[in-house]
Amino acid sequence: MKPKVIILRTAGTNCDSETEVAFKLAGGHTDLVHIQNLISGKVNLSDYHILAIPGGFSYGDDIAAGILLAVEMRHKLSDVLEEFVADNKLIIGICNGFQVLVRTGLLPGLSKEKTTTNSDVTQRATLAMNTSTRFECRWVDLKTEESQCVFTRGIKTNLYLPVAHAEGRFTAPQDVLDELEDNNQVVFRYSTGSHPSSDNIEYPYNPNGSDLNIAGICDKTGRIFGLMPHPERFLTKWNHPRWTREDLPDIGDGLVLFKNAIVYAKTTFHE
Amino acid sequence: MSPEVNQYDILNSSDDELMRISREGTLSLNLKEMQTIQTHFRSLHRNPTDVELETIAQTWSEHCVHKTFKCIIEYSEPNKKTERIEGLFPTYIQRATEEINKPWCVSVFSDNAGIIEFDEDNNLVFKVETHNHPSAIEPYGGAGTGIGGVIRDSLGTGLGAKPILNTDVFCFGLPDMAYEDLPKGTLHPKRVFKGVVSGVRDYGNRMGIPTANGAILFDSRYTANPLVFCGNVGLIPRDRCDKSVEPGDLIVAVGGRTGRDGIHGATFSSAELDDTSENLGSVVQIGNPIMEKKIVDALLLARDRNLYRSITDCGAGGFSSAVGEMGEDTGAEVHLENIPLKYDGLAPWEIWLSEAQERMVIAVPPENLDELMEICDSEMVEATILGTFTDSHRLQVFYQDNIVGDLDMGFLHKGLPEIVKQAVWQPPKHTEMPSRDNDTEDYTDDLMQLLASPNIASKESVIRQYDHEVQGGVVIKPLVGIENDGPSDACVVTPVIGKPTAVIVANGINPRYSDVDPYHSAAGAIDETLRNIIAVGGTLEKTALLDNFCWGNPDKPDRLGELVRAAKACYDIATAYGTPFISGKDSLYNEYSDTTTGEQRAIPATLLISGICVIPDVNCAVTMDVKSANNLIYVVGNTYPELGGSHYFGIHDYIGNNAPIVRPDEGKQVMESLSKAINQGLVRSCHDCSEGGIGVAAAEMSFSGGIGMDLHLKQVAVGEEIPNDDVRLFSESNSRFIVEVEQGDQVEFENQMNGVSFGNIGKTIDSNEFRIHGIKSNCIVDTTIEKLKSAWQTPLYS
Repeated sequence: MKPKVIILRTAGTNCDSETEVAFKLAGGHTDLVHIQNLISGKVNLSDYHILAIPGGFSYGDDIAAGILLAVEMRHKLSDVLEEFVADNKLIIGICNGFQVLVRTGLLPGLSKEKTTTNSDVTQRATLAMNTSTRFECRWVDLKTEESQCVFTRGIKTNLYLPVAHAEGRFTAPQDVLDELEDNNQVVFRYSTGSHPSSDNIEYPYNPNGSDLNIAGICDKTGRIFGLMPHPERFLTKWNHPRWTREDLPDIGDGLVLFKNAIVYAKTTFHE
Repeated sequence: MSPEVNQYDILNSSDDELMRISREGTLSLNLKEMQTIQTHFRSLHRNPTDVELETIAQTWSEHCVHKTFKCIIEYSEPNKKTERIEGLFPTYIQRATEEINKPWCVSVFSDNAGIIEFDEDNNLVFKVETHNHPSAIEPYGGAGTGIGGVIRDSLGTGLGAKPILNTDVFCFGLPDMAYEDLPKGTLHPKRVFKGVVSGVRDYGNRMGIPTANGAILFDSRYTANPLVFCGNVGLIPRDRCDKSVEPGDLIVAVGGRTGRDGIHGATFSSAELDDTSENLGSVVQIGNPIMEKKIVDALLLARDRNLYRSITDCGAGGFSSAVGEMGEDTGAEVHLENIPLKYDGLAPWEIWLSEAQERMVIAVPPENLDELMEICDSEMVEATILGTFTDSHRLQVFYQDNIVGDLDMGFLHKGLPEIVKQAVWQPPKHTEMPSRDNDTEDYTDDLMQLLASPNIASKESVIRQYDHEVQGGVVIKPLVGIENDGPSDACVVTPVIGKPTAVIVANGINPRYSDVDPYHSAAGAIDETLRNIIAVGGTLEKTALLDNFCWGNPDKPDRLGELVRAAKACYDIATAYGTPFISGKDSLYNEYSDTTTGEQRAIPATLLISGICVIPDVNCAVTMDVKSANNLIYVVGNTYPELGGSHYFGIHDYIGNNAPIVRPDEGKQVMESLSKAINQGLVRSCHDCSEGGIGVAAAEMSFSGGIGMDLHLKQVAVGEEIPNDDVRLFSESNSRFIVEVEQGDQVEFENQMNGVSFGNIGKTIDSNEFRIHGIKSNCIVDTTIEKLKSAWQTPLYS
């Protein structure tokens, strides 16, 4: 079977088609679905195995990035989302999608003490304005951490991916940061890659000033994953900014994340 | 007659009164046009309503009909017989395209954008627009709505193209200008710069369209009249390129609501600016990119289900232009009270003319209406029936059951009186720069100064604010090289992810050469565009061009003479290279007058040429950064002593008289041979040799690749004797490239270039040193790539 992937759209979503290509290349069956059709019940979230919230400027990022879509999801879709998560299904939020997941509270998720249901989840971290105070588009080196994350299973190497955002500085209170470290919830950190490294990973290696150089995190189960860089923008070697000067494999670094999701869904839901 | 509609009493008006009406209403109609309207309404025995007169003024505006490019011109230059030109556009632009007659041109000059073939499934559309006057008054809003407008041009072409790429080119005043020198009523160039960049960034990024090609130029003459060129490329299925309107089709508006913003934009942009223009706030539109994104999403869904027969955007002139143009061959009946408004209190003519943004008009067969409305509902976009296309050949406008406008389509579209304009060309004489001594001079400082000059220096701080990765198809990016920060010649996009078929987009613009001769400026802009395309792996065979003229007041014979010179070059050079024009636009009246001193300032004659080229296999593309040490460096193409209008003369405050000339016979052979060599994989890197000549181009390749060079000017191929080192190093002769070739490929490369002038001027070296030796072999540039790069990365302003 082909795992079914729902790619959620709304006004201002704009990375939906390349995210769809990524999941198709990875072997998924994809549907682009406007949130109106989930709210109205025309489309059932429970029919899918993977939910992807792509990049863009949902509702113009009015107030702050991702906040309006997050509020809409919490108020109008909390039951179906809760069920989706409880069924051990996967959620990935990329860039604006990550901002949405953080603002719904699905990431980083409940603190240790709380054991209540998802409807009580509150926002515990944020993605704030870049320290450069502006939108920037550049490629970054990512260190892959040992984590629970389903999407990065088996990845031993660093990844190279582009970021493009104004509000990507991951920041949270110290206890939340400690918890992320203790639970191995940090999935990707910005790094200096092959450049001479130092302990202090500064701009532009850390492109936005994120705490602990965090570029992506997962929840405690490893099934909900959000990241600021765009894996769907590095699917073939031609996406790499230096493919005309370096020997590169034909497949881009980003594809493996989508493949891992499909493999998980295939093995978990082989109905 | 509705009480909110006024009549203009023109039947008995004197000429003075006619002109007063035109002026006070910002109609920008001249006396002959007002008299033609008067005669027309005398024959109808009634006065026009405000709706009617405003509709005519929009439709006849320079912005909408391009009078200057269509009118008869009597052109004279010294010692030559006066020449009668039957329209610049038909004579020099359209004719070039017809004579070149490329089979892959699908639609040219007829729709909102030009269309060319791409692959077996899709075609490409390309359009570049200007939004100069609004950006002078309100840079952020003016520039944002500029990009918004050109995106709607793509969406309004055929049955709608998916926007896949934005380009932008800006011309500003000098960012370090002293505030006390600022002309009255104008904004400081730094503020214009920041506002324009932010406006394009916020609109383009929110639309999810990569901005991957562009340029920024600085010249003090752009202070009061900055130029903002916005371009968009769209992808459209081959079977969605034709449109038609049938009587009985519903006129449906899709998108944003109508307000009082942007009224008179079309006629405003057909006049000069002065120190009171800043008070004209309402002529600038207000942008909302998310609204536009919703429209694109909804309409592309409706397009794929074949729910409408025709589409156009609401741009200049608002509904009056959109409905008037769509119904030109049929007729249309519109009910203004149906139009949803942002707020109450608009007069009928304001509703009709408003240039409120993010609105499209489509022609919907009645049986498709329900399905269309369903799509718009689920995409959260408002759609409204304005009226019906008829077979009356009249444009009939109603407001609350009263007819408020009733115009004959024939008069509206064909009634514009023929005009004859005078044009004069008088070649200027400038002082030449004294020559420098080969034995003693060192040019390291000159090279550093050139690299740091704002026109050449890195634009990275701007480029990074644009998302050039979204959609996942930009494969040669605006910044390239070992540190991803070198200046790419052009961008390359694979619109279908994973497929190797690619489109190259580039531009060329040289207003400095206009100070010598706009003919050479225009010719050079075409050559530069083509060089940029060839340099990344394109071919002349599959390249099409766009022309965007930004000029001063064409009613002044000297300004018009410059325009004639540039248009002549467009014909000569495009036909010689076999590259057709597929679309174009002009923005005239870019002048500022100080109403207290009476001083007039015009921008330099500025022609932007944009190029688009389709290549079958992106694997053949190359970038400009040198790839490894011990490779050979060639200059391909002849160098001539051509420093007139060059950047080198510019940093020494000279203009000179020998602007670079395009020699298309030589140029075509250079480009065709080099294309083949690149396609055979014989070229490791290639860079267009333009601003700052061989010196700047070689330095850029070297520091972008992180590899030093050792070069010898005496090996440079010259078209005539050039005894001076500085002339060889900095001459801006056209049709030249710097090329890196591996030693093992030397013979094959040189064989491939047989018949073309080239010189092997040195090689890349395993060090960070960058050295150039003069004709006498003495070292004239001695520095490191780090120092060169640091000069080039000088901030554009503090």
